Amino acid sequence: MKFLAFFIVAFTGALLIYSTLDMPDWGDPHSPASIHVSPRYIEKTLEETATPNMVTSVLADYRGYDTLGETTVIFTAAICCILLLRRVV
Amino acid sequence: MLITLFEDVIIQTTCRLLVPPMQLFALYVIAHGHHSPGGGFQGGVILGASFVLLSVAYSIDDVKRRMSERLNVIFCSLGVIIFGGIGVVCLILGANYLDYGIFHKLLSVDIPLARALGILGVEIGIGFTVMAVMISIFLNLASGGKHEDAVK
Repeated sequence: MKFLAFFIVAFTGALLIYSTLDMPDWGDPHSPASIHVSPRYIEKTLEETATPNMVTSVLADYRGYDTLGETTVIFTAAICCILLLRRVV
Repeated sequence: MLITLFEDVIIQTTCRLLVPPMQLFALYVIAHGHHSPGGGFQGGVILGASFVLLSVAYSIDDVKRRMSERLNVIFCSLGVIIFGGIGVVCLILGANYLDYGIFHKLLSVDIPLARALGILGVEIGIGFTVMAVMISIFLNLASGGKHEDAVK
C-alpha cells in the first residue's frame, strides 16, 4: 500500500514536471498571459483610474469583486477562529 | 496607562517607543496605497502587528483594554460592510457593482479621480477587516481561546 502511494505521488509529480516543458518561458512577452489583458492594465491604468500604482488598480478596481471575496474569506477565518476557540472561563 | 508592571525594561520600553510610529506608518501605507507599494492588506497587517507586539511585550489584558473584543468584532465586520456598501452605492447611483467611476456624480470630480477615491475607500475597508482579524486570530490562538496570559 505504501509503495502504491509512493508510486502515485511520484507519477503525478513526474507528470506535472513533464507538463512544465510546454509552459512559456519566464517573463516571455509573447506568452498568452502577457498579450491578453496585461497591456491594457499597463497602458491604461493611469488614464482610467488616476492611480499610478498598477498593482493597486488591478487589485481594487479592475478586479475589485475578487478582492471583496478575499476580504470575506479573511473575515470568515476570524469568525471561525472565534467560534471554534473562544470560551469564557 | 499600561497595567502590566515592568518585567523587562528593555523590551517594554522599546515596544512603547515602537508602537506609535508603527501605527502611523500603517495608516500611511493604507492611505498612500495608490502611489507606492502598499494598500489595505499590508497596512492592516502592520496595524494588527502593532497590537500583537503590545500583547507580547505587555499582556493580553493591556491589548483588550485598548481594543475590546466587542469593538474588534465590530471592526471585523465594518470593513466588509464598507467594501460591500461602496459597491451598493455604485448600484444605487446606476452603475455596475463596484464600478467606482459613477462617484463623479456624487463628488463632482472627473471619472479617473472618482475611481481613485473609490479605491481608497475600499482600501480603508480592507484595512479595518485585516487589522481586526489579525488581532482576533492572534489572541485566540495564543491563549487557546481564554484571552488570558499564560504567565501572570
